[in-house]
Amino acid sequence: MLPNRHGKFGPFGGRFVPETLMPALYELEEAYRRFRKDPDFRRELSWYLKEYAGRPTPLYPARRLSEALGGHLKIYLKREDLLHTGAHKINNTLGQVLLARRMGKRRIIAETGAGQHGVATATAAALLGLECVVYMGAKDTVRQAMNVFRMELLGAKVVPVTSGTQTLKDAINEAIRDWVTHVETTFYVIGSVVGPHPYPMMVRDFQSVIGRETRRQILRLEGRLPDMVIACVGGGSNAMGIFYPFVRDQVVKLVGVEAAGEGLDSDRHSATLTVGEPGVLHGMMTYLLQDRVGQIKGAHSIAPGLDYPGVGPEHAFLKECGRAEYVAVDDEEALSAFRLLSETEGIIPALESAHAVAYLAKIADRLPKGAIVVVNLSGRGDKDVAAVKEYLSRKEKR
Amino acid sequence: MTGAERVREAIEARNREGRAALIPYFCAWDPDLETTRALLWAAAEAGASVVELGFPFSDPLADGPTIQAATQRALRHRPTLEDFLEFVFRLYAEGYPLPVVVMGYYNPFFRFGIKRFAREARRAGLCGAIIPDLPLEEARPWLSEARKRGLATVLLAAPTTPEARLKRLAEASTGFLYYVSVTGITGARDRLPEDLALRLDLCREVSPVPVAVGFGISKPEQVRLLAPHAEALVVGSALVRIVESEGKRAPERVKRFLSELVSAAER
Ligand SMILES: Cc1ncc(COP(=O)(O)O)c(C=O)c1O
Repeated sequence: MLPNRHGKFGPFGGRFVPETLMPALYELEEAYRRFRKDPDFRRELSWYLKEYAGRPTPLYPARRLSEALGGHLKIYLKREDLLHTGAHKINNTLGQVLLARRMGKRRIIAETGAGQHGVATATAAALLGLECVVYMGAKDTVRQAMNVFRMELLGAKVVPVTSGTQTLKDAINEAIRDWVTHVETTFYVIGSVVGPHPYPMMVRDFQSVIGRETRRQILRLEGRLPDMVIACVGGGSNAMGIFYPFVRDQVVKLVGVEAAGEGLDSDRHSATLTVGEPGVLHGMMTYLLQDRVGQIKGAHSIAPGLDYPGVGPEHAFLKECGRAEYVAVDDEEALSAFRLLSETEGIIPALESAHAVAYLAKIADRLPKGAIVVVNLSGRGDKDVAAVKEYLSRKEKR
Repeated sequence: MTGAERVREAIEARNREGRAALIPYFCAWDPDLETTRALLWAAAEAGASVVELGFPFSDPLADGPTIQAATQRALRHRPTLEDFLEFVFRLYAEGYPLPVVVMGYYNPFFRFGIKRFAREARRAGLCGAIIPDLPLEEARPWLSEARKRGLATVLLAAPTTPEARLKRLAEASTGFLYYVSVTGITGARDRLPEDLALRLDLCREVSPVPVAVGFGISKPEQVRLLAPHAEALVVGSALVRIVESEGKRAPERVKRFLSELVSAAER
């Protein structure tokens, strides 16, 4: 069972945080281990996931997409895009905010990049009547102004972060600083399978509902396990969520798709596992985008939810031991897939999720006839429509 | 003497004079390395006992706005640990009298290789390291490399640290134990926690090494109040603010300000 007692997945993970937070991490771990087994907590979480968020989500056979990709594959889409707030993020925030309430913490903080996790946290906090503060890079608050307004409608306070690169990694720094300062009263809801132990484990567990449902659904529909499961990887929570229940099934190939942005040799990408190197950031040992001396580099992707220079430590581990494969597709490929899925299935995917679709489109020809492939459709594309329109019109002018 | 012994001895020598030792913090390369060098000499002339020299990191998550800004200024010079050690080596070649410890986040050290860093730090004359994002649980590999080279391994303890843990942190520290005065990040503060003196007394009861208190100390009154309860006091943001406003002219003012703090450190 991973992680071990110290929160390690092989050499990755751990708790690289200031001493002030260590007791809080132990308290959180203890509370999480207790409530995770508590039937009352589990019932409560399942109830909210079902009645409020809309679980289970369908495993939808994408026939026209299969057709478009050669007609020889059985492609299924796990429809996390149909969840309340439009992405898988709500699975995690409901779990953590319910846990916060049980721990008696009245104040919730979170970081957000694109705003999806911020919205999902603000939603859960509003639902349970807790105070919520969301840290967001100042640049992101401009790029994602609509999500800022959404969070404010939900009663959250959004704090623009002006330090460093003014993006997601700096928002995480600032959330950690807030947590260090208000640790007694505050619960930090991390948005992906990143950060110090127990977060990568806890967020994985909350997101694993995706994979558990998928496994059950595919066995019912096809009578066998899929040949391949594909998911996009930013911090890695939707991927870990769908991978985890299949990790022991060696016949199932697990593929994580990172953002190659403007190209892997451009310095404008987020392909942490593909071209990064091990290091320590945000409380964990993992793969990072960094320079020769260990300063963290900025990340880029057309998908705002993927641009993070780190990645969950369990993915680093799955890569090292070869259980999962990590690849990258660039902005253009993701955009083509964004259109392909919209046109063939009437589903506008999130740009993040479009990366997973894009990789499938890229390798479809090489897959054998009759192969069953599941793509995790982590979110819907409403949030991206305006940005895509702008991107395309800028390209036309060039 | 090893680096750890030099650090400890510098603090204890000052304590024997009936005073708490002063440990100023500067961020190397802020605003440039020449000024850093002048600041270190100013600190020595003002009567400081040990110097904490920051190696800048892109993501200083335990630091408040003042040191974050200093870090940003310093990073423009694209600092490397090779250059940092070279700087320390030259400083000692010039006869610099105070033990210097590095304060820095873990990733640059990890990247450099901690075995190699310990070896080369020793060669340069650096006396130890404070790594704020390396808690005891993760520090074992570093502690054993540092011990091999006699470097001070200064661990931090905080108001949230339970008593049993405090003891373990103190026992794993060499040079001194760094007690963080507030539940929070670095930055000058007008008020420190009411029970700080009490907490410090508790620390000193369980600690086999000298106890330094830091975070938020910015005024002679605070130094006067705390000196009887700690072997050493760390002053960071208050000095960095002077560097921020005065730039290359900062050393003169830093010297005056530090001298004031040093004379307030009577026990
Ligand atoms: C729809 C969607 N998919 C994926 C991600 C990437 O996060 P993760 O890799 O943790 O699933 C995000 C992040 O905002 C997202 O909004």
